Amino acid sequence: MSKKYCAVPFLVWLAAGTVIPFAMILYYGLTDRTGAFTLNNILAIFQPIHGQALGLSLLLALISTVICLLLAFPLAMILKDSNLGRRGFIIFIFILPMWMNFLLRTMAWQVILEKGGIFNTVLAHLHLPALTIINTPAAVVLGMVYDFLPFMVLPIYNAMMKIDDSIVEAAYDLGAGKSTVLRRILLPMSIPGIASGITMVFVPSLTTFVISNILGGGKIYLIGNIIEQEFTTSANWNLGSGLSLVMMLFIIVSMAALNALDKNGEGNFI
Amino acid sequence: MKKIFTSVYLILILLFLYLPILTLMVFSFNESKSMFRWTGVSLKWYREMFRDSQMLSAIFNTFSIALVSAAVATVIGTLASIGILAMRKKTQNFIMGLNNIPLLNADIVTGISLMLTFIAFGFYLNWGTVLLAHITFSIPYVILSVMPKLKQVGPASYEAAQDLGASPAYAFWRVVIPEIRSGIVTGFLLSFTMSVDDFVVTHFTRGAGINTISTLIYSQVKVGIRPTLFALSTVIFVIVLIVLTIANVASDRGAEEDDFFYEVAQG
Amino acid sequence: MRDTLIELRNITKTFENNVVLDNLNLQVGENEFITLLGPSGCGKTTTLRIVGGFETPDKGQVFFEGEDITDMPPNLRQINTVFQKYALFPHMNVGENIAFGLRISGKSDAYIRDKVRYGLRLVNLAGFENRRVESLSGGQQQRVAMARAIVNEPKVLLLDEPLGALDLKLRQDMEYELIRLKNELGITFIYVTHDQEEALTMSDKVVVMNGGFIQQMGTPEDIYNEPQNAFVADFIGDSNILDGIMLRDRLVCVCDTLFPCIDEGFGNDAPVDVVIRPEDLIVRRPGEGKLDGEVIHNVFIGVHYEMEILAGGFEWLVQSTTSHAVGDRVSLDVAPENIQIMHKPKTREQEAIRRDV
Repeated sequence: MSKKYCAVPFLVWLAAGTVIPFAMILYYGLTDRTGAFTLNNILAIFQPIHGQALGLSLLLALISTVICLLLAFPLAMILKDSNLGRRGFIIFIFILPMWMNFLLRTMAWQVILEKGGIFNTVLAHLHLPALTIINTPAAVVLGMVYDFLPFMVLPIYNAMMKIDDSIVEAAYDLGAGKSTVLRRILLPMSIPGIASGITMVFVPSLTTFVISNILGGGKIYLIGNIIEQEFTTSANWNLGSGLSLVMMLFIIVSMAALNALDKNGEGNFI
Repeated sequence: MKKIFTSVYLILILLFLYLPILTLMVFSFNESKSMFRWTGVSLKWYREMFRDSQMLSAIFNTFSIALVSAAVATVIGTLASIGILAMRKKTQNFIMGLNNIPLLNADIVTGISLMLTFIAFGFYLNWGTVLLAHITFSIPYVILSVMPKLKQVGPASYEAAQDLGASPAYAFWRVVIPEIRSGIVTGFLLSFTMSVDDFVVTHFTRGAGINTISTLIYSQVKVGIRPTLFALSTVIFVIVLIVLTIANVASDRGAEEDDFFYEVAQG
Repeated sequence: MRDTLIELRNITKTFENNVVLDNLNLQVGENEFITLLGPSGCGKTTTLRIVGGFETPDKGQVFFEGEDITDMPPNLRQINTVFQKYALFPHMNVGENIAFGLRISGKSDAYIRDKVRYGLRLVNLAGFENRRVESLSGGQQQRVAMARAIVNEPKVLLLDEPLGALDLKLRQDMEYELIRLKNELGITFIYVTHDQEEALTMSDKVVVMNGGFIQQMGTPEDIYNEPQNAFVADFIGDSNILDGIMLRDRLVCVCDTLFPCIDEGFGNDAPVDVVIRPEDLIVRRPGEGKLDGEVIHNVFIGVHYEMEILAGGFEWLVQSTTSHAVGDRVSLDVAPENIQIMHKPKTREQEAIRRDV
């Protein structure tokens, strides 16, 4: 018996769980309720309400990805440098919150930011004016950064830990100062980590409907919210599938762009 | 100077990560239902949580689905890794490409595509469909954990065992499986956590009848948060903390040995 | 004596209660090829890293051309290192790797291009500028690492077991290449290895280290022919090391047999270590030598036969071009000048024979 047959259950599952479902979305996205072919579900993205939602999603996802990157890169560098004795323990502390239920973590920010919530109570005690953050795009970005930051920290940290100490030492040995080492060694060599960190923050931020629902108070419509509603409350699966296809297109384009950056990043220094 | 800056940076990030969780934990002991007024310490919400049948059944669903889906995914994924490695390079690449789709895809797309499929094929959305969905998104993680391990081990010891007279089945159970055990365990744990933590896929495939912890929280957040959820957060956090600390200490012992060899090798 | 370029003065270094270097003193002259030789854990790599600036000693000072550079960071030192695993930058091609140091010191593009070409020619890799680092063999990576250090025209080149990862043939080629480079460039090489053959082949001066102490320092010939203690004798080449009693000047008793020797000044009836190299033992017919015995082992290893001969209760290692069959009765003899007499070390401190140059 060939070992190949071990993969049969998986291949069946792959067909039933990945290929057919994808075909289903394609089918629903390209047909109308009667089953006739149409591009209307795709073109629906040009309706202002859908277009704006996609635009806002892209904007907020971009902002939170940039913030995560700016927070995570120095953090990964500090963690690499730190001889805090038990390095594993420090990493453990930084990824522990990731294991908390994602909805509970998002909910925590709702509790904190609510009008008359803890955040504003603290502000009042400090005699500062109250800030209304909840139900604004800022709150949604905050939630995205909070939920996805570890996904940025881990790959960058892993990429940095792969850089052999002797390579950094070789750079110093050849006369490089701290900033040159950062610019010419650490940064270019962590680009694979940065690229996967960006993917792991950008894609869930772009497609989320949970964070915008909990921290946006139902007032902030991201593309994820629109699609979710088409499948639950409005029950227009054709439109929902069509918009999903558009959203997937944006994911693929952004990942292709990242791939190019990854390759370019290496190319620049050759 | 630099030391101070990095310490401050670390502390600020830690505060950012932990303050929200700590807030929930503190307020889980608040007697009043209010999140803004402290009226006294009480365990009332914990009592209420354990009396809440909806919550108990959500907890049961979450863990039963996680256990079963992780176990099934681990078996299918491990077998798949063995099978895929026996195929031609081109076929391998094609299958691995398909395998990576659910990993890279957005949760929401996975969720709705599975929902459409279930309904099209006449499945009734319930515990079973959630289970099938969870197995589907877990298998790729198992394969990604087992496959590198299997490649690293190579066919040599499997062949050696057969050379020494072992039947293929015996060689598989007594030689191959023990050698890739760490990859299998990683795959199982990863699947288990992904399943426990999942909301989006469950949301679309669960139907009306059942709740997991995640879907229950979501519906409660929409109608109004009750402090029982704070109690639940605290319990989950403490359990996660204990489990991960044990795992960390266990793997740390291995790391310390590595450090020791590193020092020795440094001369 | 050449002018002193680098001086290590009273260097002590401890890692987590583990004394790696204990009050080490070392001087390195201009245009000298000096090798730090010893088993792993002897402190040789730490010594090199202190010179390179990657470690700071707990006590003691490092001088470079008479200037105290103990606390100077590595990027400001006129010293370059060839790392053990080469440490080439994987995201740059060969040319960029070599140009790295020159870019930092702000050289012109034309100068850099010439210098990179010169460096590659020097290590016999002309035309490799645009190759990717991963596409090179171990030996080629080694050469690129060398070129990358050399083009900066350092006063001193530090080499940390640079040939360790290469196979035997390649290693021998590189040894000659290193000697050639050193002669062509006229710079100081400080070389770290645990391979005695490498040390003896290339060095002007060998420093044998063990346990954080310098055991012996001298030319390769000195070290081989006149080991100062049992450790050095054992570490450099094969040796027969025996307990003996120095009865009086020029007479030592080993295995209850008297051997005339040429050493003096050990006092009378003093316990000593006696070292005899296997190639210095002469095999005669029974009764014609000093110590009769029986051949218990014989292996042909190319140039000569290597035999173990049981005589006087000791298994002697003997190398000879004439073979004696296992079981043969033979007699061993040795010329007085080929017997090395050494003090027995009394304490760990004494194991370090400190000789100030």
